[in-house]
Amino acid sequence: MIKFRLVSATSSVIPDAVTTVPKPLASPKSLTLVFLCTVIGAAAQILMKQGANHLTGAGLLGIITNVPLLAGYLCYGVNTVLLVMALRHGQLSVLYPIIALTYVWVTILSPMFFVDHLNAFKVSGVTLIVLGVSLIGLGSRS
Amino acid sequence: MTTPFSSMLLVFGAGIIGSIAAVSLKSGANRLGGGILHIFLSWRVALGVLLYLLSSVLFVAGLKHGSLSVLYPMVSLSYIWTLLWSRVLFHEPFNRSKIVGLGLILAGVVCIGLGNY
Repeated sequence: MIKFRLVSATSSVIPDAVTTVPKPLASPKSLTLVFLCTVIGAAAQILMKQGANHLTGAGLLGIITNVPLLAGYLCYGVNTVLLVMALRHGQLSVLYPIIALTYVWVTILSPMFFVDHLNAFKVSGVTLIVLGVSLIGLGSRS
Repeated sequence: MTTPFSSMLLVFGAGIIGSIAAVSLKSGANRLGGGILHIFLSWRVALGVLLYLLSSVLFVAGLKHGSLSVLYPMVSLSYIWTLLWSRVLFHEPFNRSKIVGLGLILAGVVCIGLGNY
């Protein structure tokens, strides 16, 4: 309803020549913020995995003294704030699928931090996700 | 490795709850006033965060048993649910790039799941 009112308010102010320019489905700022979310989300996952691998199993004390784990949680917190800010100026159906880029960063970075390796499946998966996200991003401009 | 039905159900549930979390965050974001601090005062955002936590608990529980090649695609269904909710609740129309792009993403997640097997 708010959206409708905004549209009718602006269309009476802005001349026709301007309103014919298609409005992007997500603002460049929103797209950038979600992109940042995927990088921070990947960092969070890797940090938490690092933390879990080095958990000394001393219950709550083990968790609250585990620096990588805490840093991972902090990243998730920052991530949520950025995501909400991104969602303010863009369609959910455009911004949400972009989060799939997190898979890309985690898949590429995992071999550097853990006993893990890339294979043909992972490389094709990463390529398909990058293509899909690019398509959605480009399609959101009009 | 065979994947128990209970794991599939948990991960499937995690996907649905995750998509509702995204809807809750979006509806909170739509109503947000100026200033970053408003994020912490919105009950819709808080509900979204809570649902995300619930979703990740179910996801981790589901991943304990079973193969990622089966479970990854199931959680990626949350992208489809989110596309549907966006259309029904926020009146965001489908278009070709959203649908083809999402198809490529789903295929990619399936591949990564297979690669982690």
